[in-house]
Amino acid sequence: MAKTKTKQAKSAYKEEPLLRHVKKNWKLYTFLILPIAYYVIFKYIPMLGNIIAFRRYKGGPNIFGERWVGFRYFEQFLKDPNFWKAFGNTLRLSIGYLLVRFPATLIFALLINEVRTKWWKKIVQTISYLPHFISLVVVCGMVKELLSSTGPINTLIAALGGDKIAFMSEPAWFDFVYIASGIWQALGWGTILYLTAMTNIDPGLYEAASIDGAGKFQQAFHVTIPGILPTIMTLLIMDIGNIITASNMQKILLLYNPLTQDRADIIDTLVYRMGISGGNFSYSAAVGLFSAVIGLVLVTSANYLSKKFTETSLW
Amino acid sequence: MKIKVSKGYRTFQIINTIIMILIVFATLYPFVYLVAQSFSSDKAVAAGKVTFFPVDFTLATYKYLLRDNKFFMYYANTILYSVVGTLISVVGTALLAYPLSKTELRLNKFFTPFVVFTMYFTGGLIPNYILITQWLHLGDTIWAVVLPGAISTFNLLLMKSFFAGLPKELEEAASIDGMGVYGIFVKIIIPLSKPIIATMTLFYLVGMWNEWFGPFLYLNQDSMKPISLWVRQLVEGANSVDAGSTAEASSVQATLKSATMVLTSAPIICVYPFVQRYFVQGMTMGAVKG
Repeated sequence: MAKTKTKQAKSAYKEEPLLRHVKKNWKLYTFLILPIAYYVIFKYIPMLGNIIAFRRYKGGPNIFGERWVGFRYFEQFLKDPNFWKAFGNTLRLSIGYLLVRFPATLIFALLINEVRTKWWKKIVQTISYLPHFISLVVVCGMVKELLSSTGPINTLIAALGGDKIAFMSEPAWFDFVYIASGIWQALGWGTILYLTAMTNIDPGLYEAASIDGAGKFQQAFHVTIPGILPTIMTLLIMDIGNIITASNMQKILLLYNPLTQDRADIIDTLVYRMGISGGNFSYSAAVGLFSAVIGLVLVTSANYLSKKFTETSLW
Repeated sequence: MKIKVSKGYRTFQIINTIIMILIVFATLYPFVYLVAQSFSSDKAVAAGKVTFFPVDFTLATYKYLLRDNKFFMYYANTILYSVVGTLISVVGTALLAYPLSKTELRLNKFFTPFVVFTMYFTGGLIPNYILITQWLHLGDTIWAVVLPGAISTFNLLLMKSFFAGLPKELEEAASIDGMGVYGIFVKIIIPLSKPIIATMTLFYLVGMWNEWFGPFLYLNQDSMKPISLWVRQLVEGANSVDAGSTAEASSVQATLKSATMVLTSAPIICVYPFVQRYFVQGMTMGAVKG
């Protein structure tokens, strides 16, 4: 995602009047008509549609609502204990997942990098990337099969003399199920950017280090890790910026049930339930807008920090 | 240059190999289990006997599935949505990426941020849902599935940077030879862009194949549903509250569930090893140039 700022040279076209520029290049601009229409209809109209967070909307074609109600819906949800529960769950699940996933991916990348047999390295990479491409529906289906009362995990627990665990209906186990299945899917794919950064490290640095008497471990600590530090920082800052927006609503919708809802309900699933199942469009649009704005603020500040400390940024 | 390898490092290599084997095992085991279960008898599954290999090997579940017309209907829907969706997405992305890649187009100063902004702020679930169901009335049509996510801005930026990297001379030469803008795009740019088009096609194809949330929101008619929704229905069916359901009821489903999941993922798993490099290329390209 790195982008270095380059001063654009003042182009000769600057002098030309805009109208003549468009007339001359109109054919190229015609390419834009359909895609930009797409962005307007499917991205910008919904963005404006958020206005119903401040207006009464009870369904029907007047998608921008009937009349202004100010911050009524915001006041409502800020007083709603379900919202705060969902807010807490969102933070707990996202932060918990990040705290496990981030070091796990980094360590896995460092370990892959130490694999010396080419074909074995290739196999490990190919296999570990695979879960990234499996449908969430199938992943969650697998999770339920593996953790069911007759599934292999519980069979193993029983064989070792333990009591079977009702993973899917025990609220205390939800974090484990959510994080572990996330790691299963993301671990391999998450190493790609690190591994790319590692191949870009100058091999001369390793030679120099070994001449100075550095063993393989010291080389990993003093050459590899510093070499990928910018990548680590950028990914970390971006992950922190995405902590609210990246919460995986679809996965939670597939994994949770009334028994685990207390621990599993996040802001986005609350929006889904209140809005689409419950028909409280304006109320849930207000909740959605609130979290989108927090998300935007977080991403923007993360980007600012990234620019400041690592000289790479998204924009 | 031979580097002297310390004893500690050699021990580390052995441990590392063991870790890698464990990770490979943990990654593959869920697939092995699903396949084993799908070839086992209901009884063996209910008794929790299946771990690695099919127990009481039987093809009954697959025979049952493949005799089921509904299964083919769902599968055909998935294929239809994937093909149509991918076609729209790739064409749309290319049409937008090409002009945006041209620095001499002055209006790009407006259009590029216009497009990129949608990566950071989106309408959100409710306004989208209202737009599609209440205003555009796309509910229960293929368009509700393929249009809302047609252009991924991330993919768009990948394609844009690919186009920007193509040599300008070819276009200039063709232009001097009297070829028009559209001709250049179709006859010169597209043939030069096969690698990025392949990457885009795969990205969109996998995304569409796995898509379930759009169909879940917008398709109510059974005859419209893709296989992913059918899998979800099966999975939610018996096992949602695991402890409460009787073993009998959930096991009848278990083999069926596994077989359906196997058949849903099979195309991806079979093609994946051969096209893996396109995905990785796309991912790293995005990181460098995005």
